[in-house]
Amino acid sequence: MVDRRTLLKTSLQLTLLAPFARLATAAADKNSRFVLVILRGALDGLAACAPYADSQYHTLRGPLALGPPGTEGGVLKLDGTFGLHPSLANLHALYQARELTVLHAVATPYRERSHFDAQKVLEAGKLTPAATDGGWLNRALAAMHGAGDTHGAVALNDTVPLVLRGDVAVNTWAPSRLQNADEDLLARVRKLYEAVDPPLASKLNEALDARTIAGDAANGAMGGSQQQVTPLVNAAARFLKSPDGPRIAVVDVGGWDTHANQGGAQGNLATRLKGLDAGIQTLKTELGPVWADTTVLVVTEFGRTVAVNGTRGTDHGTGGVAFLAGGAVKGGRIVSDWPGLAARELYENRDLKPTTDLRRVFKSVLAERFGLAESALERAVFPDSTSAAPLEHLTT
Amino acid sequence: MLSPTAAIAANRFGLGARPKDGAAIGSDPRGWLDAQFSATAKTADAPKTEQPASASVLVKFRDLRVARQAAAQFRASVAPTERGTPPKAASDGDKPPPASPGIDEQAIKEFREFVRENYIAQVNERHRRAIESDTPFVERLVHFWSNHFAISADKQLVGPICGLYEQEAIRPHVLGNFRTLLLAAERHPGMNLYLDNTTSMGASSGAAELARRRGRTLGLNENLAREILELHTLGVDGGYTQHDVTEFARVLTGWSIGGQIGQRGLPGGQRARALLGDPGKPGEFLFRPIMHEPGEKTVLGQKYKERGVAEGEQVLAHLALHPATAHHLATKLAQQFVADEPPAALVDRLAAVYVKNDGELTPVYRALIAADESWKEPLAKYKTPQDFVISSYRAMNVQPERPETLIAFLSEMGQRPYTPGSPAGWPDTAAAWDGGDALLKRIEWAGAAGRRVGDRRNALELASAVLPASADERTTASIRNAESGAQAFALLLSAPEFQRR
Repeated sequence: MVDRRTLLKTSLQLTLLAPFARLATAAADKNSRFVLVILRGALDGLAACAPYADSQYHTLRGPLALGPPGTEGGVLKLDGTFGLHPSLANLHALYQARELTVLHAVATPYRERSHFDAQKVLEAGKLTPAATDGGWLNRALAAMHGAGDTHGAVALNDTVPLVLRGDVAVNTWAPSRLQNADEDLLARVRKLYEAVDPPLASKLNEALDARTIAGDAANGAMGGSQQQVTPLVNAAARFLKSPDGPRIAVVDVGGWDTHANQGGAQGNLATRLKGLDAGIQTLKTELGPVWADTTVLVVTEFGRTVAVNGTRGTDHGTGGVAFLAGGAVKGGRIVSDWPGLAARELYENRDLKPTTDLRRVFKSVLAERFGLAESALERAVFPDSTSAAPLEHLTT
Repeated sequence: MLSPTAAIAANRFGLGARPKDGAAIGSDPRGWLDAQFSATAKTADAPKTEQPASASVLVKFRDLRVARQAAAQFRASVAPTERGTPPKAASDGDKPPPASPGIDEQAIKEFREFVRENYIAQVNERHRRAIESDTPFVERLVHFWSNHFAISADKQLVGPICGLYEQEAIRPHVLGNFRTLLLAAERHPGMNLYLDNTTSMGASSGAAELARRRGRTLGLNENLAREILELHTLGVDGGYTQHDVTEFARVLTGWSIGGQIGQRGLPGGQRARALLGDPGKPGEFLFRPIMHEPGEKTVLGQKYKERGVAEGEQVLAHLALHPATAHHLATKLAQQFVADEPPAALVDRLAAVYVKNDGELTPVYRALIAADESWKEPLAKYKTPQDFVISSYRAMNVQPERPETLIAFLSEMGQRPYTPGSPAGWPDTAAAWDGGDALLKRIEWAGAAGRRVGDRRNALELASAVLPASADERTTASIRNAESGAQAFALLLSAPEFQRR
């Protein structure tokens, strides 16, 4: 059995604070790419990355518990405590290639259990869900632009998710099966908007630019609510490879709210995880050499209850998991101040206790990969985040 | 052209003007809106459209699904390696029937078509009504409350009844008392299945006791209780705690569905069957005492004695009249009909009217019509894709040629009918819908619509019938100067004054 103390020795190294100034070296010339993947609905962190050696894990998880490494349907071993869900074979390979870091027992500052409020906090980057005037990634873009890095961002969605809303205009793109409008009509509509409704004109111009870049990726058909990762990351790769294109992409996918019949090694969640796993692999393949400059961060609004509920699923929880992948990641590690699943360590007697503020991860990527200074991060991007110092050396 | 207030009545309160609506609205837009309440009451007893009851659809759906699962299992057992992936596990706890060679591809196909056909028929019915409605404000209210009590067709069990849920649980009650509407929505099998309550059991219930003796644990699923508090009544800041959620979930244990579909997750076997009690009417609401957590519960500080199904009804009645509920509903209504950031004074007035009238909804709508705030700031709201498409059809005065086309268009614009994907429903603020890519798709849609009707309609005449008189003269000029009837029509539907309301 692995107790918390042992884990602190083996996995914690990164949470120590370091002089922040060192982080913000000349990162702007790194040609960094960043993909933020938001899993809406609350991914079950204890299924995605299971503490298979924690003595409480099998007791509390019951029929949802995954077996130890090497057994049929067992986890893919990361270390003596943790293993990835068997659907995450590509992520496992990335871990072994030191291109994946697992961040566990993470959470935003939000401590209630509403999906919608939790997503607001995750995306707005403020302390309370009431602040929804814009997202942290847009404020980060504004700071980058202020420092002379004028690359943009794209949302792989019909509309801009909160995390990217704000003063800096960003592109949107989603697969289309509609017949393209003819050039003459578009030109006339554009002229009309420019005369009568400038906000609509700028949105239309952005969309036309985005479509030029996305090109043939437009043929990836998809259903109403976005639930497939691969067509979206395919398009994201095209944007990020384009020399003058955006350097930041946001992909959001729903379908993670597994209240009932969640499944174990097989089943509903396993299928969704497989899609995520394939999506990350596609991104790596499609980005080619650009992968080396890329950081992909996969986050969700909160974790789920430690114990299985009455309907073979899990309810809304608190601490969860995040994945940091990419050629620019110092991977092959689990970064966690792991609280364990002992009853006295659970948050409100039911949830994985959050021990790492997700904003520390966001800040780290923005500082290490995009050279944002501490002052900008504290003042403009994440107000009221002094207590959440950036984790150090997550990326190269 | 429509006067500014007539345009607001038709567009912001309604679903867009048809060519003839200007005459009906006349010089009394407020009166036109108010008259829709009595007109709706008069037609309430009129013959209903030929739609099946959700109960019968659910029963048939379950039968087909059992057959499909058997077929899938049989198929997998024949050629497990060729298929690559194992069969989808029985996801509702039904005992998988033994594989038999008689049913194979046919059962799988039949199941798929049943789901598809029901979905398409119900989406078509919803849009047909909206496009031809003479009471578009009431129709908007049906859509509003259906979205307030959202279920989502991307959950398989919900897909074939999403529109019937709206017909049965929402439509009859939108002009009545909120308590009645709330109860109807929470009792409906669509909601019950969507938020997992059919499988939520009290830890001390008869079913859980029985399962425990067999080494299986059954217990609560708090999904429905949480979303009622957070989304349907008090609102997320309404002052409830995790304890309230758990207690309310206990109160709601046993709220289930009659017949086999409501027995998912219950222990099987002869002894269990003997304890099940009233099997209920298949596919309709049924309170199952065997699932219910016995004993007194406390929700929001109020104690509820053990009274079976009546406990839940009491809690809902209490929630319906709670001041936080009044404020939450008033905010949502004002945001839907007035502004993305609704004026606080208006919200307070609406909430006060709600409380004074014990949750009667029509007085609140009347207050909304009477409010000065509703008639200021033309074009303050941005249409959702759904309302953009419906208003396009109303302007063209035609029904969709094929419902599949309408579904495909709305999917492209990010609003596939009945699939908000979350119990919060679709958002209705501009920020959620005004992305550039979605706008480009609206123009593509307008182009396609123009090609369909452009050579048979005079877009310029139509513009004067459906756009507000305040429309920019450059908008009308662009329509006048179009190179073809089709293009003129596309420009009308793309115009800023047609995107905003």
